Amino acid sequence: MTSEKILTSRLKINKAKLALLEKLSNAVGVSGCEDEVREIVIEEIKPYVDEYNVDAMGNVLAVKHASIKNALRVMFAAHMDEVGFMLVGEDDKGIFAFEPVGGIDERQLVAKPVVAGKDHIAGVIGAKPIHLASAEEKCHPVPMDSLRIDVSPANSGRLKIGDFATFATRFQLSGDSLFGKALDDRLGVASLIELTKKKADHLEILFAFTVQEEIGLRGARVAAYNFNPDLAFVVDSTPAFDFPAYEPGVENSRYNCRLGFGPAIYIADAGTLSDPRLIRFLTKIAEENHIPFQFRQPGGGGTDAGAIHLTRTGVPAVSISVPGRYAHSSILHAKVKDWENTLALLEAILNNVDRSILAEER
Amino acid sequence: MKELIRKFTQTAGPSGYESAVRNVIREELKSYASNIQVDTLGNLIVRVGEKNRNGLSILVAAHMDEIGVIVSHVEKNGLVRFSNIGTVFPRFLPGSRVVFLNGTRGVVNNEKPEDITKIPKFEKFFIDVGAASDKDCPVKIGDLAVFEGEFADYGLNIVSKALDNRAACALLIETIKQIKTTPHELIFVFSTQEEVGSRGALTAAFGIEADLGFALDVTPASHILGTKMQCDLGKGPAIKVRDVNFISDPGVVNWMIDGAKKIRVPYQLEILDVGSTDARSIQMTRSGIASGALSIPCRYVHSPSEMINMNDYQNMIALMVRLLTNPVSLG
Amino acid sequence: MTVIEPFLLSLLSAPGLSGSEGPVSKIIAEKWRPLVDEISSSRLGSLHALRRSAVEGKRPSLMIAAHMDAVGLVVTKIENGFLLITAVGGVDDRILPGQAVIVHGKREIPGIVQMIPDRLMPSNLTNEPLRFSRLFVDTGFDQKELEKFVQIGDVISFAQPPILFKDDYIAGHSLDNRASIAALTVCLEELKNYNLQWDVWAVATVQEEGTLRGAATSSYEIRPDIAIALDVTFAKGPGSNNHMTFPMGKGITIGIGSNVHPALTGIFKKIAEEIDMPYAMEPMPRSSGTDSMAMQITADGIPNMVIGIPIRYMHTPVEMASINDIMRAGRLLARFITSLETNALETIFSGKSS
Repeated sequence: MTSEKILTSRLKINKAKLALLEKLSNAVGVSGCEDEVREIVIEEIKPYVDEYNVDAMGNVLAVKHASIKNALRVMFAAHMDEVGFMLVGEDDKGIFAFEPVGGIDERQLVAKPVVAGKDHIAGVIGAKPIHLASAEEKCHPVPMDSLRIDVSPANSGRLKIGDFATFATRFQLSGDSLFGKALDDRLGVASLIELTKKKADHLEILFAFTVQEEIGLRGARVAAYNFNPDLAFVVDSTPAFDFPAYEPGVENSRYNCRLGFGPAIYIADAGTLSDPRLIRFLTKIAEENHIPFQFRQPGGGGTDAGAIHLTRTGVPAVSISVPGRYAHSSILHAKVKDWENTLALLEAILNNVDRSILAEER
Repeated sequence: MKELIRKFTQTAGPSGYESAVRNVIREELKSYASNIQVDTLGNLIVRVGEKNRNGLSILVAAHMDEIGVIVSHVEKNGLVRFSNIGTVFPRFLPGSRVVFLNGTRGVVNNEKPEDITKIPKFEKFFIDVGAASDKDCPVKIGDLAVFEGEFADYGLNIVSKALDNRAACALLIETIKQIKTTPHELIFVFSTQEEVGSRGALTAAFGIEADLGFALDVTPASHILGTKMQCDLGKGPAIKVRDVNFISDPGVVNWMIDGAKKIRVPYQLEILDVGSTDARSIQMTRSGIASGALSIPCRYVHSPSEMINMNDYQNMIALMVRLLTNPVSLG
Repeated sequence: MTVIEPFLLSLLSAPGLSGSEGPVSKIIAEKWRPLVDEISSSRLGSLHALRRSAVEGKRPSLMIAAHMDAVGLVVTKIENGFLLITAVGGVDDRILPGQAVIVHGKREIPGIVQMIPDRLMPSNLTNEPLRFSRLFVDTGFDQKELEKFVQIGDVISFAQPPILFKDDYIAGHSLDNRASIAALTVCLEELKNYNLQWDVWAVATVQEEGTLRGAATSSYEIRPDIAIALDVTFAKGPGSNNHMTFPMGKGITIGIGSNVHPALTGIFKKIAEEIDMPYAMEPMPRSSGTDSMAMQITADGIPNMVIGIPIRYMHTPVEMASINDIMRAGRLLARFITSLETNALETIFSGKSS
């Protein structure tokens, strides 16, 4: 299907793409309540996909059909959910106890603005004034169970137990840097949306916008069972710890990935050993198309691939991440160029993927 | 018999990269070639026999992967930083040697410890392949290595790296060759990625849909180390009752015990509060499968010098043949 | 005395640890047989009881899962006439010294859990937290006799008989989750006089504690359109009074969070209000800790609901619950089931899914 290669005009990051990312980043979609993100996704992909539906868990499953029979079934997945909070009790008028949803470092919470509930009620996570904190208290992080979300007495009646909350951060573009909350994984969601606009009708293309990744890869698992794909690519955002080491003169050998070095291809994480055939394929097409890329350092962590590759009789899978600093905090930092190169790599997949990749044994 | 174990243990096959092991196993099973398939995750599946009226379809899984390390970064000074593949104990690392899949060899050591009485944390270790800088380093991020650990014949006991689980792979080959007739459809799975969470067995079992399944593995014979679990070398194959997140089907346990009693081989009952085997993946397949596990007692599991007893090995082959060639009643 | 009391007492008097659910399964099967159209066991031993719909042809199905297994102990070694042990499920070792137990070997023998006394411990370990390595079971039998009827892997259950208090409170081992088995039975009793539009599967699952394996495999086999996990939750009591605990005897809890479908949360709230049943919303920020975690992600996904019965002192032999709450849970479920029309799937999920 080399005739399709005419479509290799690179997906440049333009105003429209940035506007889409902004909308996605500002939307609230804590794991288990992804409604706002789902609505945006459906609205955006509707004109470009042949069919879509929302499954029992809330995943958006969309298909672009092949024009040929027995076409290769290629799945792309990105998770819609973000880490956040759930209100679990009201102590006083407008003062809510909350629990984290997904992995959040308690030191990232104090003195942050939040939005809570479907109506985005404004609130703050307050802290005891430094004057009142004892010397002993200052030796420890402010403990999670002492923190409260305060929406002021005026708003106490507008929220209830079980409502979700997240950081109130608004998206911002500054030079070639993207700042915003939930860029993990709205960068992936935005990438998949852009991919739906591409034509590759020699493939059966299966898009899964998944739920509940941050609390156990739950959505991806049922999405993959439903799609039963021949192979899968997961698009996520992985932390960049590309800072100087704490001790002067020591080399930082644990950066995970670095901003500005292009999409990070996964070899091994806690949940997945990427299919080596797909790693070779990605490396090859990236080199052929002059797309910069990096390997994410093998180690812990995980993506939806952890669930997808173990579905049914197994699915060859690999993850590709847009590097982002400060994951799971109030503001993430990613680079326009890394996103652009990630889009280029995804497009190259559409143009080059075929059954021969899987012809040899793993 | 020992030669086969030697050959298997000395072949490198870290989780996810088992192809070399798969090839030596396939070589041994040449005469079964038409009944061999390799699936998506790289499991080698061999089918023997057909299910007759009294028969079942029985899945037996022995994992062929071993623990290892993977390069995470090469420093400017040429030292190689790494991450673990499977459960690698830091206490076995200082002074151990590794060999990469591309043939490069290296020694493992650690940064100067702050407290010499404590085992350093994993991230303090590095591999030295003799490179002077990152530019001339023969390995790069993502390259995999396994530990070196020569095969040694101590007579009744043998020592090597990767007896977990190549001893069971060899044992399974010898079992297959001894089975002449069976009332069952036997599906032997040489599984992948067990050391990272029984992943290969999970997808293999989904595709096979057996009536009964069990894992062949090694189990820590740690009695001698003073743990309160009762398992030692030379006291016969271990029949698993429970481990972390897995409870054997009582019918399968009794079937194995009865089999051992019938042919008068000693056996031990195994209960573990660490570790796990492919049995847990087999059990949770689809609507559930009656499952259990048979293990070769093994000392110093996940060290470069694991040790098993050849009487246990022989007895386990006899037990396997008995179990797989006679009708099964799970009562 | 409520109708369910004798059955509940028999449930709390039976062993049935994870992986060894046989004894309690038998009691449940006997009780359920007259209440359902068919009853069978899954490969792993879960009990599947079907109340068939009165509607001909294709109709939706509902699965209600309550796990029947309980936590306890297991023999790891027989040494010098004592049984060394470890936990089956989440048992706090600190509650064990002095517990009366029953060892389920070839025959049932009584025993006592005790600890190696301080004076025999190395001095640096005396004040260490209690570990299983310090605990043992004393049965009075010597090594030789013990080896005759006990083997490694035999389970050990708590011997504590149930205690009935005035005003409908009850204590005993295994209220987690036999309280829910009783509630599910109340539900089946209530349904006796109704023709059902949906197929309803009452499922007593195995191996919930630790692995959720029974629910995972049963939901794969049954493939219901909706699944409900019925389980106990934390009651307010000594040492547990935070926002994630609920008053005992003041009604059931309705789950809200990622493991449950928001449309079902809404429906259960509405039904509870219609019949004036007291309830509390139970926030489940990350996961429910129940069979719903496994059922939700079965195959291509199943919408789930979690109903909770608050109990005190969970995973001890003296768990405490209100029988009234148990009755309430059963009645709420029955009300939900009788309200289900054949087209309910469309009406329930016509809004946005979660």
